[in-house]
Amino acid sequence: MAVNFLYPDYEVARNYDKCIVCRACERQCANEVHEYLADANKMVCDDAKCVNCHRCVSLCPTRALKIVKSGNIYKENTNWSGKTINELYRQAGSGGVLLSSMGNPENYPVYFDKILVNASQVTNPSIDPLREPMETRVFLGAKPQCIERDGDGRIKNNLPPQLSLSMPVMFSAMSYGSISYNAHESLARAAEELGILYNTGEGGLHEDFYRYGGNTVVQVASGRFGVHSEYLNSGAAIEIKMGQGAKPGIGGHLPGAKIVGDISRTRMIPEGSDAISPAPHHDIYSIEDLRQLVYSLKEATDYKKPVIVKIAAVHNVAVIASGIARSGADIIAIDGFRGGTGAAPTRIRDHVGIPIELALAGVDKRLRDEGIRDNVSIVVGGSIRSSADIVKAVALGADCVYIASAALLALGCHLCRSCHAGKCNWGIATQIPELVKRLNPEIGYKRLVNLLTAWRHEIKEMMGGMGINSIESLKGNRLMLRGVGLNEKELEILGIKHAGE
Amino acid sequence: MQREGQIRIPSGCAISGIFNKSGTRMSGESIIESISVMHDRSNGLGGGFAAYGIYPEYKDHYAFHIFYDTVSAKKECEEFLERHFDIINLSKIPTRKTKKITDEPLIWRYFVSPLPTKLVDSQLDEREFTAKCVFRVNTKIDGAYVFSSGKNMGVFKAVGFPEDVGRFYRLEEYEGYCFTAHGRYPTNTPGWWGGAHPFALLDYSVVHNGEISSYDANRRAIEMYGYKCTLQTDTEVITYIIDYLHRKKGLTLAEIASVIAAPFWQTIEHMAPEKRETHEYLRIMFSAQLITGPFSILVGFEGGLMALNDRLKLRSMVVGEKDDIVYIASEEAAIRIIEPTLDTVWSPKGGQPVIVCLNGGEA
Repeated sequence: MAVNFLYPDYEVARNYDKCIVCRACERQCANEVHEYLADANKMVCDDAKCVNCHRCVSLCPTRALKIVKSGNIYKENTNWSGKTINELYRQAGSGGVLLSSMGNPENYPVYFDKILVNASQVTNPSIDPLREPMETRVFLGAKPQCIERDGDGRIKNNLPPQLSLSMPVMFSAMSYGSISYNAHESLARAAEELGILYNTGEGGLHEDFYRYGGNTVVQVASGRFGVHSEYLNSGAAIEIKMGQGAKPGIGGHLPGAKIVGDISRTRMIPEGSDAISPAPHHDIYSIEDLRQLVYSLKEATDYKKPVIVKIAAVHNVAVIASGIARSGADIIAIDGFRGGTGAAPTRIRDHVGIPIELALAGVDKRLRDEGIRDNVSIVVGGSIRSSADIVKAVALGADCVYIASAALLALGCHLCRSCHAGKCNWGIATQIPELVKRLNPEIGYKRLVNLLTAWRHEIKEMMGGMGINSIESLKGNRLMLRGVGLNEKELEILGIKHAGE
Repeated sequence: MQREGQIRIPSGCAISGIFNKSGTRMSGESIIESISVMHDRSNGLGGGFAAYGIYPEYKDHYAFHIFYDTVSAKKECEEFLERHFDIINLSKIPTRKTKKITDEPLIWRYFVSPLPTKLVDSQLDEREFTAKCVFRVNTKIDGAYVFSSGKNMGVFKAVGFPEDVGRFYRLEEYEGYCFTAHGRYPTNTPGWWGGAHPFALLDYSVVHNGEISSYDANRRAIEMYGYKCTLQTDTEVITYIIDYLHRKKGLTLAEIASVIAAPFWQTIEHMAPEKRETHEYLRIMFSAQLITGPFSILVGFEGGLMALNDRLKLRSMVVGEKDDIVYIASEEAAIRIIEPTLDTVWSPKGGQPVIVCLNGGEA
């Protein structure tokens, strides 16, 4: 039926004056967009198959290719946008739930972009990080109520297990399966070199990567894939995944096609079977159940590992966090609604959850009001895009941030948001061997190290500008922030003043 | 215009302190002379003194110094005090009229002890009970402000140049073993006496020169422990941090210095294992009490005085000694004017505390 035809959003524009018919684009595209016509000795392409991942654009030796927005439009209608109409047609054709990947791309406010940072002038000197020490080391974990001394009056070390990070950043959870072996190796090696942590996600830990255990957060999600005693004890910390910002309230689904070889073994499920994580943990229907899992995991690891509880930023996130802070967790991770994913129902990704900036401000305030902020550290993600976002998040009250989309971008991701198709041309969100090998972990890990080294320099510069030489003095220092273009309520929730005040 | 407490006002300053380790009481004359040398480091918008050992006849009672804006505030506050304390003595604080100090509030002094029944009911120790009552007055009774609440010590402060403030309060008529002084250079005109320094809670008093960049991190952390920052000044939050760490957490003053002006991690890494472990612990445990940005402070407490610079030493501070007397000031000239022949004179390093106590005592 003709109504099924959807004109592509993007078109591949080829400059035939520049094209030398080398067929690189054809070889690079797993979506089979490009085709060689031998008779005409000419490359042609099917725009409808293009996901706009820029693989061909990036590798074209003569820069003959670019992707442009297609000019095809429906009759203008602010209520029925072209995207809405197309999605409706697709559902009318398939009867299925729409799937998407990566973070919410819709036009909601990005509060980080409406917050500005302070700097010293006259009354207080700025500090030059090239000449003076500038500290970005953070520790994550609970703090005891009291200090204790031994018989000689020396302070006893009664701290629960702490994570030590060279800077307030960790790589967020991305499972082996949703991303490739080479992507995981890049993350693990970068975490080790940077002195930070990466996160296994819910797919278990490949046996090759146990050697990076000191820089690994091992995740326990509702499917419990790949969870066993050795796994729990191999990491530096354990994360219970209760929710994810991209899809609050639902579980994950890794199609059987991706459950091959090592992935099947690592997840401890048969090859080809779908890995479906339930929406809730079926042993956690309430906060008291969470406490039991927290302590089960602590028992299993001899109380040597901090336990992180990760939740999606939802409307009542502050009181949920308050409950978690009293449940024995050492760290709370909060994932905002712009957080990425390998696959999520589009409607959930785009319409469920709240911005991380508001969630963070609300949680930090709530825990302080209740006097329990020291019980836990707070890690926020979804979405942290730059060092400026980190500085703002820390000043709002975060101990540390999680990054994942930004890390994938460093590995080559071009945010085409087609991870769920499994044909990532950049070798990241795929298990097709020919594609996976396109991501060289040797180069990948260096790019991650570069990215965070650059960010660390920028964080130091901004801290120095504020006259702050240790990241802990930035934490929760909301006077260093001002809002622009925010209304009274937004300022009140963020706990900051408007610029000019 | 918003006054102190409604807006955060940065300020530069001068500080000076004199401590007699023998406990011999000295007149307040010298400290006035010392701080007056640094006239240009303040701008006439705040000055003050803390004096220790000045009320030996009432040494077992808390001496409350209170500003009242109105007679009705005084009445309300006195009713509150009568409900919670045994008031041993009360009087106006003697002052000398001078054209240089104007618009003074009502300034009263009370020597009090908590009512035993109230104290038992509160399930608090005496000092916590007293501190809580001070917060009550300062946050709940409009126009009343307790600016000094220790035993055998007192704070005297006003809007004006510090030497004029000293004369106004007739400080030369008091005798104590320790005096600290402060001249203020705020970048705004608060015109409110409560905003002047020293800032005090119980027997802790702080004079401070600097503008800390960690202010809001420190404030939000300390407010979680029941303190209420009403002035938005660095000095207020530093005082509460010291009270919290010393009185509530039981840290020594040297340990407190290692918290608020913590050694850099790169320094800690090179320490001997035991020392390293202690410093790591203090930094992790009390990370929110680290103070960054420039400061030099004098912390007065019962029987002692601590001087401390920020860890980069972004503010000047000099220590001089002569026999049993220790002098500490922003400038050496402020010491030389009262004691030209010193045994030693030196500048403490950033983060290096100078702690002096009465002979035989310890901090």
